[in-house]
Amino acid sequence: MRPEQGTLISRAQAMEALLELLTDQPVIICNGFPSREAHKIVDRPTHFYMIGSMGNAPAIALGVALAKPNKQVITFDGDGNVLMGMGTLATVGALKPKNFIHVVFDNEVYGTTGNQPTISNVVPLEKVAKSAGYVNVERVLDRDDLVYEFKDMLKKDGPSMLLIKVNEFVEDAGRVLHDPPDITRRFMKAIVG
Amino acid sequence: MRRLSAGVSQYARGKPSVIESDVFVQTMQDMGVNFFTGVPDSILGGIIAELMNRRLYTPAVREDEAVGMAAGAYMAGKTPAVLMQNSGLGTSLNALISLNMIYQQPCILIISWRGQGGKDAPEHLVMGEVMPQLLDTIKIPHRTLTEKTVIEDFRWVAETFMKQRIPVALFITKGVVKGLHP
Repeated sequence: MRPEQGTLISRAQAMEALLELLTDQPVIICNGFPSREAHKIVDRPTHFYMIGSMGNAPAIALGVALAKPNKQVITFDGDGNVLMGMGTLATVGALKPKNFIHVVFDNEVYGTTGNQPTISNVVPLEKVAKSAGYVNVERVLDRDDLVYEFKDMLKKDGPSMLLIKVNEFVEDAGRVLHDPPDITRRFMKAIVG
Repeated sequence: MRRLSAGVSQYARGKPSVIESDVFVQTMQDMGVNFFTGVPDSILGGIIAELMNRRLYTPAVREDEAVGMAAGAYMAGKTPAVLMQNSGLGTSLNALISLNMIYQQPCILIISWRGQGGKDAPEHLVMGEVMPQLLDTIKIPHRTLTEKTVIEDFRWVAETFMKQRIPVALFITKGVVKGLHP
């Protein structure tokens, strides 16, 4: 058993705490259970739920952030996703969009496909982000800390990464009901202005 | 996206000549394209240099990342273009089919045709041969830019982008658009 296991909150619990602090900010949520869980917790038109293109959530969020420099853009990501699209940490670090917050729910497994281990137990992703040029990075283990740090990041210039260690628990959440083209259209409408 | 006008008309009138990079970029801007990203290729060198001069280019580290950035920019109200060597099509295949195609997010793919006609370095030969069929298979409309048909080519790109709401590809062969080294 890993030392941190057993004491951590679930991704859904962490996500719920973060979503309580958000209102109308665009949130790009990676594929797999993270999108399903966010959709179950609260379904906002400002949520872009992904179902494919693993590893691409921060790239999409970066495109939104560059096109909308006055809006704070958040992406909900996972450790497997970050590892797959790790180059994007460099792109974000180099471009340094101030309005970019990268939240990583790190459960050290590919949860959607049966909990096969990733390598984030030995590769500290927030340190990779820091080395790549993210301005603020934090690694948190509990609810109080994640709320404190996320509130702080919402006030600061980014790019920022909040890595939250979570357990492997998966919420009983069905597939996102909206059709993908509808998700695109309603997200576009919701972030106009 | 707007209809294009004057910029490229000189190529249709006189005898065919190499398309200048600044005319190429200006034509895309005239069409309303206002977000450019991608990964370089030598054939695209002149276009990218011009985009950088105009401070319009956001470099990506992989082609699928560029496709993702373009999708985000599109949803935030931009008209995006992604530049890449055709090897990058392989890299971006999953993003194109599991993001752009199913979410109906259009972008303009400016793809250099390495390996065309079997005359290139070995790593380009397979993709150079199968690229049009590959795009046919994944149902991405494509067309090859020529000096003679440049107005129709750009008009087709704009219309397809607007109508189909999926990626549309314009192939750039060697020597059609002026490169960095004449």
